[in-house]
Amino acid sequence: MIGLYRPGTSLVHRAPTLLKLGLLAVIMVLIGLVADPAVLGGVLVAVVLLFLLAGIPPTAAWPQIGPVLWILAFAVPVQLLVAGFSAEGWVTAGLMVGRLVAAVVLAALFTLTTTVTAVLEAFQVLLNPFRRWLDPDRVGLLVALTIRCIPLVAEIVREVLDARKARGAQASVVALAVPVVVRSLYAADAIGEALAARGLDD
Amino acid sequence: MTDRDAYPGDDGPVGIRFDRVSHGFDDQPVLTDVTLDLTERRIGIVGANGSGKSTLARMINGLVTPRDGTVTVNGLDVKRQAKLVRRQVGFIFTNPDNQIVMPTVQEDVAFTLRRRGLSADEIAERTSATLARFGLSELAERPAHRLSGGQKQLLALAAVLVAEPRIVVADEPTTLLDARNTRLITDLLVSLPQQVIVVTHDLDVLDDFDRVIVIDQGRVVADAVPALALASYRALLA
Repeated sequence: MIGLYRPGTSLVHRAPTLLKLGLLAVIMVLIGLVADPAVLGGVLVAVVLLFLLAGIPPTAAWPQIGPVLWILAFAVPVQLLVAGFSAEGWVTAGLMVGRLVAAVVLAALFTLTTTVTAVLEAFQVLLNPFRRWLDPDRVGLLVALTIRCIPLVAEIVREVLDARKARGAQASVVALAVPVVVRSLYAADAIGEALAARGLDD
Repeated sequence: MTDRDAYPGDDGPVGIRFDRVSHGFDDQPVLTDVTLDLTERRIGIVGANGSGKSTLARMINGLVTPRDGTVTVNGLDVKRQAKLVRRQVGFIFTNPDNQIVMPTVQEDVAFTLRRRGLSADEIAERTSATLARFGLSELAERPAHRLSGGQKQLLALAAVLVAEPRIVVADEPTTLLDARNTRLITDLLVSLPQQVIVVTHDLDVLDDFDRVIVIDQGRVVADAVPALALASYRALLA
């Protein structure tokens, strides 16, 4: 979501966000239910075709798949161990890998073709029936700020790590945690002030 | 002097007035009995760190409300009518990272126009025009957090000005910038049709201003045209 969006005019880009979100949810559930490796293979091919339709190389999803591989590196051996390395165990492990990769790549396609603003607007539409109890605009702002704060905190961590290294305190957890927490709180305060200055304090 | 006709949306009483304003944090006084009428187009505020100049600037936007006395902006009391005041006063912070909310340049500029009762087309049109005005059109889809320092401050400025405020207050907007970007941001601020109030340590940028106010230990110690006020400030620092 953070800077992943790739501008474009393809059908996938232009599709209404709520439709994309709805389809994503339905397909995710179906992927979870698929028990036939051939069907799952077909789903993966369809996902690749959707990437091509969007004019985005499927390799663009790699940054999202990378962390999942770490989970799989742990989960697949456990699955095989539990199944006693039987043929059935291999199929189950293969299905698990296929499901997870298909789900992550599909979610990445949504992120790559949808702006944050469009997602916020979709959330606001979804929350509109609950306007009596929940302010959709406020929830949208909360989501936007959460997304915005990720690179901000990452930058703080990077600077603190550099400072820790410069002071020769690489091993100190305190030298990392305390300045990160303090600076994050100051940054939160400053962002709150900036939001107020932009008239978004109510 | 003031060219009020050039202010966008100018349709009411004008001027910023500090009337016997005092303020402090805990027991520490920050501003003491400040009375000012700010009507000039270009006003600079200078002072040492901790002198109270940023608090003074923040009061114009209602970010800080005075403990004693009143601050009015175009007839609106910042304490009681802060929301209306903020619609008229745009505020630029030192660190643009704290001001940027949305992930991309275009989205952040458009974000300012939320809750303003504008249609999606109007928001898109005004955003696009503002990006073009600040030479940010080519960066419209770029992640805001990956811009350079100068570009970020330019974006912060664009995000404020898209709302067409009547007054722009900038609190040390060039402190984190190199000389080239300092000049770029300063030139942009000076060229705005709005009333501009700049808090700064960069005394060179104030040469073309109409008025400079020097704050020291919470009090106004000089208030004159730049040459006189800055001479007084330099003497204070010596």
